[in-house]
Amino acid sequence: MFGKMFNKILIANRGEIAVRVLRACHEMGIAAVVVYSDVDRAALHVRKADEAYPIGAAPASESYLNIPKILDVAKRSGADAIHPGYGFLSENAKFAQACADAGVKFIGPTPAAMNAMGSKTRARQAMEKAGVPFVPGTSRGVESVEEAEQVAARIGYPVMLKAAAGGGGKGMRLVHAADQLKSSLEAARSEAERSFGDSEVYLEKAIINPRHIEMQILADEHGNSVYLGERECSLQRRHQKVLEEAPSPMVDADMRRRMGDVAVRVAQAANYSNAGTIEFLVDQEKNFYFLEMNTRLQVEHPVTELITGLDLVHLQIRIAAGEKLPFKQEDVRLRGHAIECRIYAEDPDNNYFPSPGKITLLLQPSGPGIRRDSGMYEGWTVPIDYDPLLAKLIGYGTDRDQAIARLTRALSEYFVGGIKTNISLFRRILGDANFRAAKLDTGFLDRMLQRTEDKAVDSRATEVAAIAAGIFATLGASAAAAAERAEDRTSASDAAASKWKDASRREGLR
Amino acid sequence: MLYDVTIDGKNYRLELNRADGRWSCRLDGRDIEVDAILARPDVLSLRIGNMAYEVKSERVASELHLWVGSTRFAAEVRDPRSLRGRARAGEAQGPKKIVAPMPGKVVRLLVREGDEVAAGTGLAVVEAMKMQNEIKSPKKGTVQKILVSEGAAVNAGDVLLIVE
Repeated sequence: MFGKMFNKILIANRGEIAVRVLRACHEMGIAAVVVYSDVDRAALHVRKADEAYPIGAAPASESYLNIPKILDVAKRSGADAIHPGYGFLSENAKFAQACADAGVKFIGPTPAAMNAMGSKTRARQAMEKAGVPFVPGTSRGVESVEEAEQVAARIGYPVMLKAAAGGGGKGMRLVHAADQLKSSLEAARSEAERSFGDSEVYLEKAIINPRHIEMQILADEHGNSVYLGERECSLQRRHQKVLEEAPSPMVDADMRRRMGDVAVRVAQAANYSNAGTIEFLVDQEKNFYFLEMNTRLQVEHPVTELITGLDLVHLQIRIAAGEKLPFKQEDVRLRGHAIECRIYAEDPDNNYFPSPGKITLLLQPSGPGIRRDSGMYEGWTVPIDYDPLLAKLIGYGTDRDQAIARLTRALSEYFVGGIKTNISLFRRILGDANFRAAKLDTGFLDRMLQRTEDKAVDSRATEVAAIAAGIFATLGASAAAAAERAEDRTSASDAAASKWKDASRREGLR
Repeated sequence: MLYDVTIDGKNYRLELNRADGRWSCRLDGRDIEVDAILARPDVLSLRIGNMAYEVKSERVASELHLWVGSTRFAAEVRDPRSLRGRARAGEAQGPKKIVAPMPGKVVRLLVREGDEVAAGTGLAVVEAMKMQNEIKSPKKGTVQKILVSEGAAVNAGDVLLIVE
């Protein structure tokens, strides 16, 4: 073993990913320190932590994005490393640098590698040197409307305008013809300025109905890099991923090797270390183009874990501690198929508007091939202040059909009461004939949601509901009355538990 | 017990009686063999004949939902003999309370007391999780009363305003 394993890791995040990292720490015998904002005192990551420190008010700028406060907790707790999770500070090179300056190991790439990849235009310039395939376009921000018009005329319409500092679809505009270019450029610039404080916008050929496929890589701090196979992330709503799977049904062994080689070249060109993801756009002819690199653990990392048998968070921690990669490229074997559903607190009947609130009832699936990474529990109130991701439900099977079957079964067992969730959306996706046939592209979800759902009402189920409504009313088992009874029962079982403890103590004394 | 039950807009008359842990059930005059166990609060294990069902109950804002398997039904249960039941049945014609569909912050009020509104007119904007949601009037009428101010934090089900 190289280096010295950490004794204590600070997790600078919240929600399901904080719990995910915390579990890895405990599995490795490492104490887990968490931070929380005023509205997160009751959050699951605080309940499960070894040490927990309040860091301020609900707005992320005053808590989860506040670098001095987080580094102060690292110092006070004596943590020797910080895991940033995803989102928040995970791709902030200034934070990685501040950690280094404070003598705390940042579990992720170096600030220099993050800087190289942080701007889409700068990443593109570096990657062109490394011979990485790109969508035709500019590798720098366009200076003027005239320049944009010249480039667009050369590569041909339709073209896409994108913010250099962008992400999540902000500052993006699809332009079908020359007469729309000027107004679209202005709109993209002002949106980029508002969203990222940087109005740099570049232009590239628009690929219609592309697939979004990404390659997971791991690199140690001794120059070794491997790829761990791809993830198919084409199912998106408003440029946000909704469902991911691995492997991609479109990628065969040869294409995987070619994409993997490019991904490793990208990582090496940036002197990259730790876990990272190279995103590609793939056209209908299976040409793939470098899109961007995400310099962090991804939300959808579990699907890769299931098909490779590796634990990416364990490996991130070991790499950060200075260990060499414990395997080589030829040792990586993909087995089976995994699909992830992102369970959000949002209302499918109201344009997917966030639906925070108190979870009054939580029934969770289990059984063969099911993994749940969750940050919620029954009785917890989902705060209104953050991203509404509650949990990830992942199905694994020997092949895609079995993974779909298991996930469909698990979704029917999943129930989150008191708030609205998008669970019904996944039931619809998994039952869709085109999804089952793996006819996927980034326009899939918009097209599916435009079709009206075929809701055959079962008159028998309606009668069952009517009878149940009466029985619930008779039993006084409304949600409110039930909550009171649950409290009574908790105190009763506490009393029983303490009696049992008394008894066992007496037994122990004998 | 006698109930008027509405499930997704369909009305039923339900008679339920329990003696010695056994239920007798008449739905719209038909006798139905029912066996029910409350597995845990809000979860009912039902047998109707030999068919088995798991039914979940939840309240979201002020609505009661029952889930039979993975299908959601909006439910209303009234005691036909109580005054409250009768008052509720007539609610559609009277003043309509506009409630917050989710917890959040009132960022803007779009109307003033006394304003005439059409069905679909925006009344207020509520923000949660960085998204803004416009609350629209469900009917034509007059804004009778506004119960919140801009900037107020509201919970799901809180009455924002009343449209008469």
